[in-house]
Amino acid sequence: MTVAALSPATSGRRVTHALLRDRGAVLSTAFLALIVLLAVFAPLISAITGHGPNDFDTAAIDTDLGGIPRGSLGGISAEHLLGVEPQNGRDILARIAHGARVSLLIAASATALTTLLGVVLGMLAGFYQGWVDQVICRVMDFLMAFPALIFMIAILSSLPQGNRSVLLVVVISVFGWPYLARVVRGQTMTLVNREFVEAARASGASTGALVFKEILPNLRSSLIVMVTLAVPGYVGTEAGLSFLGVGVTPPTPSWGQMIAGSVGWYAVDPMYFAIPGAFLFLTVLSLTVLGDRLRAAFDAGEAS
Amino acid sequence: MARYVAGRLAGMVLILFLVCLFTFIIFFALQPDPAVMICGKTCTPERIDQIHSVLGLDEPFVGQFFGFLFGIFAGRDYGQGANLVHCAGPCLGYSFQTGQSVWDMVVERLPVSATVAIGAAVLWLLIGIVAGLLSAVKEGTWWDRTAMGLALGGSSIPNYVLALALQYVLVVQLQVLPFPQAVAFGDDPVVWFESYLMPWLVLATGYACLYARLTRANVIDTLAENFMRTARSKGLSPALTMRRHALRPALTPIATIFGMDFAALLGGALITETVFGLNGVGKMAADSIAKNDQPVIMAVTLLAAFFVVIGNLVVDLVYTRLDPRVRITAQ
Repeated sequence: MTVAALSPATSGRRVTHALLRDRGAVLSTAFLALIVLLAVFAPLISAITGHGPNDFDTAAIDTDLGGIPRGSLGGISAEHLLGVEPQNGRDILARIAHGARVSLLIAASATALTTLLGVVLGMLAGFYQGWVDQVICRVMDFLMAFPALIFMIAILSSLPQGNRSVLLVVVISVFGWPYLARVVRGQTMTLVNREFVEAARASGASTGALVFKEILPNLRSSLIVMVTLAVPGYVGTEAGLSFLGVGVTPPTPSWGQMIAGSVGWYAVDPMYFAIPGAFLFLTVLSLTVLGDRLRAAFDAGEAS
Repeated sequence: MARYVAGRLAGMVLILFLVCLFTFIIFFALQPDPAVMICGKTCTPERIDQIHSVLGLDEPFVGQFFGFLFGIFAGRDYGQGANLVHCAGPCLGYSFQTGQSVWDMVVERLPVSATVAIGAAVLWLLIGIVAGLLSAVKEGTWWDRTAMGLALGGSSIPNYVLALALQYVLVVQLQVLPFPQAVAFGDDPVVWFESYLMPWLVLATGYACLYARLTRANVIDTLAENFMRTARSKGLSPALTMRRHALRPALTPIATIFGMDFAALLGGALITETVFGLNGVGKMAADSIAKNDQPVIMAVTLLAAFFVVIGNLVVDLVYTRLDPRVRITAQ
């Protein structure tokens, strides 16, 4: 009990301090906060600039030159802060902001669902062992042997109707949970045999109390790290599937889809490709750096 | 040992069977009738029935599934009488789009995917392990910080973004490379190399960054072990302790991960092959999915699963050689 009860407040504060002193972690957090604000206030941004994500602006493109944006750098101007798309003149800032909503929502939901599945099934396997463990492990082996990307694309492309975002979340989570569950299972197995769990069991604690008060709090730090490191993977997967044309359906904007749209234009209008590419790269990088620094901070705490 | 291998092989066959079954169920249940697609615009109900019976699509699910499974090992016949077509084993059926034998398509395209995978693997192993070793030895110096910063950045670039950026810089702006072309090595080795260079770089970047970080972490952990202290106190030089005692335990986990990554790549680098227009198994997968070509989708899924499962087994067997602390005991 003491191990679980003593650590949260102090270790939480220590980790926060360690992260605040780290320039990479602060910059990453700031960038991610910017993206979240962009996503939350996407409609407001559209209202202020007067450009919705799907509004065509024929004045901003040059139809004589095959529809490339007027002006340099992909049509960046006071009117369009990040330029416009070639051919139809849609405002890139509005599309980036609305695309951030889609990407973040899908990545966050997929993370939540994966974590739920991974923790519940991983703990079940590690706690009860025996045949429960056997069954869960075989299912994990099976899912991990599956060519996930090919299968995700195949499933998504064969389901033309329905809510694409929900489908994406489900498909990503179904193939994603074994990687988390494997670690949770291993850690639960060692925790179950530790003295403090045995002591709690001997003093008559119920199974629920053992799981939620003794084991789960001790998984907390590795869960936080693994989940933070999983989010960039899901942002990338969503963008990748949309890039391949089986993700979010147009006209709903998504970063991967914008990059896919720019493939035919990168030679004449590189900014159309560079802007969504940079946003995607920086978001994934920030999440990775944050996860990496979190792990370092937690590891340093364990060592001391 | 023999018993262990036999058990593992049985497990592999079971997993491949399940992958096959699930893929079949999903396409059996979800896909529109392929006969309508094959038949085209000038279609009559009789023609559809005929296609159904030739392809065996009028049979119940179980019959179709075992027909497919049987065909892989022993070959099968399509149609009867004058229309009879014998598909020799290993038979994966015929593409609904082109009518080509799916097995022939796989055999034709596998060398391209293998070339992409092998070239990329050589690059990422060299770069990743050397950079990781140097970082571990010079832990905390500017080299270590720069290399690890770059590795973190490099592993965050989605490969299609990197592919397009490289193509823009190297092909459009600097014009140092031609646009990738389908050229055989024997015809023009220079163009062949130039065509594969970008796919290799794109695929290798992400893995090299990951392997550099893993190598660094493993070597640092190993250097802190007791047997390393013993080796140093025996008076061995730093280079010798590194070569004789540290490398093997530090690189063994890398070997296992490499086996898995490489096996997965053999099943086709879907995005990279598509972006660069390379006619490998990965592009075949993307194309077949876009065109709803069920026999081809079945084949690429099975092939990819096959490589993953084989890779898994090879890794576990090799591991016992690399790490003498691990011994397989027949249970």
